[in-house]
Amino acid sequence: MIDVLSWVLLGVGGLLGVIGGIGIHRFPDFYTRLHAAGTTDTLCAILILLGLGFQAGLSLDAFKLFLIFVFLFFTSPTASHALANAAMHGGLKPQLGRENGSGKA
Amino acid sequence: MKVISFGVLLFALWALLSGYFSPLLLSLGAISVALTLYLANRMNVIDHESYPLHLYSKFPLFFAYIMREIVIANIDVVKEILKIGSKGISPQVIKLPLPQQTDLGRAIYANSITLTPGTVTVELDKNFVTVHALTKEGADELLSGEMSVMIPDQLADK
Amino acid sequence: MYIAVTIAILVTMGLALARALMGPTVYDRIAAVNMFGTKTVLLIAVFALFSGRTDLLDIALVYALINFIGVIAVLRLVEHGDFHSNPESRAKQDKQGSE
Repeated sequence: MIDVLSWVLLGVGGLLGVIGGIGIHRFPDFYTRLHAAGTTDTLCAILILLGLGFQAGLSLDAFKLFLIFVFLFFTSPTASHALANAAMHGGLKPQLGRENGSGKA
Repeated sequence: MKVISFGVLLFALWALLSGYFSPLLLSLGAISVALTLYLANRMNVIDHESYPLHLYSKFPLFFAYIMREIVIANIDVVKEILKIGSKGISPQVIKLPLPQQTDLGRAIYANSITLTPGTVTVELDKNFVTVHALTKEGADELLSGEMSVMIPDQLADK
Repeated sequence: MYIAVTIAILVTMGLALARALMGPTVYDRIAAVNMFGTKTVLLIAVFALFSGRTDLLDIALVYALINFIGVIAVLRLVEHGDFHSNPESRAKQDKQGSE
């Protein structure tokens, strides 16, 4: 039972990774690509680590997997924000949709 | 008080990471924990920001909330990626007010926005945060201010 | 099943690498490299449990940290042109820029 659950988690995680990989090729500009990369950084990593955690059972390995998850959980948004901030300061203009209501002041 | 609990935490981390419980290795761990505590105390970095004990009661609820948001936002972004023809996407740049009182609360809010796929914090200052959103729906959801209410944000009692 | 997950992660890494090589801006490349690094961490973790050599998890842990620090360092370098470690060279550079 637990085996099946963990395989499902691993499979969905891997699939999400590939979809995110497709996303960074399909999206038109840097900022939108960052969102696709964010998908693979968050849910894909969470699902794969959770699936591996079920395989490891209640042991030191599960704790280490949890630590990896914590590090990714804290560092990936920081890296994304630093990238977006640097790109904005570097003068890279985001490509906006037609209905951009409030806009940037 | 904070220093002692931090020391216990560090020692538990050492023991669990090494996985060996012989007296020699445990005493080596105790020595390195003591050294770390001494240096951290001298640098004055064990404060309410680097070690926010006062937020512990709010954290589990926030964690469950942010996990739910991550799953929902991921489904949205995956739908957006798989949509045939890229005409559908209309990225937005919006400015949001920051109602949080503490710097820590503001940082947690900005990080949560970035952590949910589809929205990325571009700029952060004292009162406003600039966000790049992949879709109009994502931007509208942030503008409704639903997430900002959930952020653990309370002043540390001295 | 482990093999399927490994292949999925490798495909993602390949796509990220393609984006890193294609560009077009330097930020695209850094974002792709960051993603590549995250996937490497996952790959090491999967391989550790697959082969039963679970001490590899420590390496995955360290790689997660180094990847983050590396990305931040490269961003610094791209944004400022140097690491601002030496105030004198920075002042010199500013002067050269204004001339």
